[in-house]
Amino acid sequence: MTRITRTDVEHVARLARLALTDDEIERFTGQLEVILEHAADVSSLDTEGVPPTAHPLPLLNVLRPDTARPGLPREEVLAMAPEAEDGRFRVPRILGEAP
Amino acid sequence: MSALDVAAAVRSGSRSARDVVEEHLDAIAAREPEIHAFNLVLADEARAAADAVDAAVAAGRDPGPLAGVPVALKDNLCTRGIPTTCSSRILDGWRPPYDATVVERVVAAGGIPIGKTNLDEFAMGSSTENSAFGPTRNPLDTSRVPGGSSGGSAAAVAAGFAPVGLGSDTGGSIRQPAALCGVVGVKPTYGRVSRYGLIAFASSLDQIGPFACTVADAALLLETIWGHDPADSTSIPTAAGSVLPDLETGVEGLRIGVVEELTDAQGVDAEVVAAVERAAGALEQAGAKVERVSVPSAVYGLSAYYLIAPAEASSNLARYDGVRYGLRVDAADVTTMMARTRDAGFGAEVKRRIMLGTYALSAGYYDAYYGQAQKVRTLIIRDFARAYERFDALIGPTAPTTAFPLGAKTDNPLLMYLNDVCTIPSNLAGHPAMSVPFGEGADGLPIGVQVLTDALAEPLMFRVARAIEIAAER
Repeated sequence: MTRITRTDVEHVARLARLALTDDEIERFTGQLEVILEHAADVSSLDTEGVPPTAHPLPLLNVLRPDTARPGLPREEVLAMAPEAEDGRFRVPRILGEAP
Repeated sequence: MSALDVAAAVRSGSRSARDVVEEHLDAIAAREPEIHAFNLVLADEARAAADAVDAAVAAGRDPGPLAGVPVALKDNLCTRGIPTTCSSRILDGWRPPYDATVVERVVAAGGIPIGKTNLDEFAMGSSTENSAFGPTRNPLDTSRVPGGSSGGSAAAVAAGFAPVGLGSDTGGSIRQPAALCGVVGVKPTYGRVSRYGLIAFASSLDQIGPFACTVADAALLLETIWGHDPADSTSIPTAAGSVLPDLETGVEGLRIGVVEELTDAQGVDAEVVAAVERAAGALEQAGAKVERVSVPSAVYGLSAYYLIAPAEASSNLARYDGVRYGLRVDAADVTTMMARTRDAGFGAEVKRRIMLGTYALSAGYYDAYYGQAQKVRTLIIRDFARAYERFDALIGPTAPTTAFPLGAKTDNPLLMYLNDVCTIPSNLAGHPAMSVPFGEGADGLPIGVQVLTDALAEPLMFRVARAIEIAAER
C-alpha cells in the first residue's frame, strides 16, 4: 500500500496550485492515505484486457456546423473579473518580468 | 397543490400565477430562517415572472406546461445576472453572463425560478454541511441533515417552498437528499439533460434532474428540461419522448430484480433493506415478477467513483484561479496569487478532492488509480448489461440510513462518502435511477427506494416508481 508522506502532499499541493497551511498539509496527509487505502480494492483488481470507459455514451467526435455566432458580451464578462484593463483580464506579474 | 394542478389552474385562468407565487413566498418567509434551503430567494423576480405569466393567460396565450409553477434551482445552475455561487467563496460576487439551458427551458415553459438553493460546495458532499454559507436543515427534523449535495432543493420541495426543484447528481446528489427528505428525486440517463450552464464537478458523471413531491410532477419537470441541446456535446441527439402518458400503465408482467450488492452494501441499515423488501413485495402484488439479482462489480463502485470524480474535479476546478471571475487574493506574482486565492476560496472538502484527484492523475500513479478505476467502470457497465438481459428494472436502497444528525459524519470523510454507496453505480454506468419515498425508519423519518433501469428507459423507470408510490400511499 502506498504511504502518503508530507512531501507527497506538498508536491501535489504545488501541482494543484493550493497554498495549504501547515495544519492542512498535516490533515490531508492522513486523510488521503485513508481514502487511498479504501481504493486499494480497485487498484489491486485484475483488469487484464478490460478497456477503460472514459465516458458512458457511445457518442464520438460530435461536431457542429462551423458557423459564426456572437460570443458572450465582452463588457459583461470583464465586469465580473477581479481586475480588467483595456478590454482584457489583468493579472499580477508573470515570471521574472519587471513589475 | 401539485405542479400539475398548479399549471392546469394557471393555464385555465382559474388561479393566478401571482397568487401561487405569493403562497410559496409566504411559506418561505415562515420557515426559511430555520431551514436555510436557499442561498438567494428571488422574490421580486418571481413576482414579475408570475405577472408576465398571468398577462399571457389574459391575452389568450398558453404560457406552457409549467405555467406559474415555482421552481427551486440548485445554486450551481447559471442564471444570467443573478449570483451563482456553488456555495463557495471562490465565486464571490460572480453573476453569470448566460442562463443554463435547463433554466431557459423552465422559463420558456412558464415555470418561475423562486430561488437558488444551497448545496455542498461545488456539489461535493452528502449532507449540505460543506456550504460556505452554512448548512441546510431537514424540514422533517431540523436537527438532521437534508442529505446532499442538492440538499437545498430537496429541503425546499419537502418544506413546500416550491412544488418542484432542480438538482445535479454526480454520485447520488439528487437521489440521496430526496430519500432523506421524503421526496421524489431523479437522475436521468447521462446525456438526456443538457449540462450547458451546470457548473462542472465531474463531467463524465454529472447529470441534472428533478425533485418533486410526486412521481408525476417529477415526470412533468423532466419532460420540460430534457432533449438535445447543441450547446452540450454530450447531449443525446435522439428525441427524448415523454414519460407522463405511460405513467399509470402499471408493472404487470415486468421482471424486476432486487440488487444484492445494494441491499448488502456496507452500512445499509436493516430497516432500509426491509423497506426495499416490502416495495419488492408490493411490486409482485401489482403483477411484476420479482427476483434477486447480482451485479458483482457494483461493490467496486464507491472506490472507483472516489478516484474518477476527484480526478475530473481537479481538472474542472483548475479554472478558479482568480483571473476571470470571483475571488482574488492579491500577491506579487501570478502563481502565488492563484495558490493563495484557491486556498482562501475553497473549503476543506473541495481541497481534499482536488488533492486526491491531482494525486490520482499525477505521474507514476495514473495507471494504478485513475486508469484502473476507468476499467472498473467498464466492468460495472458489463454487469448491468447482463442483469438487463433478465430484468426490465432493478430496485435497491437509495441511502444506507434515514437522515442523520448534523455533525455526525463531518469529521470522517470516508464515512460521509459511504452515503453514496447505493447510488454511485448508476452514475458510473450512465444509467437513469430515481428515489421514491417508501415507508419510514424507527425514527419516523422517510426511507427512499431506488429504481434503476438501462440507459434511455426512463418511461419504464417512472412506471415502476409510480407503482411503488401507489403502494406507499396505501
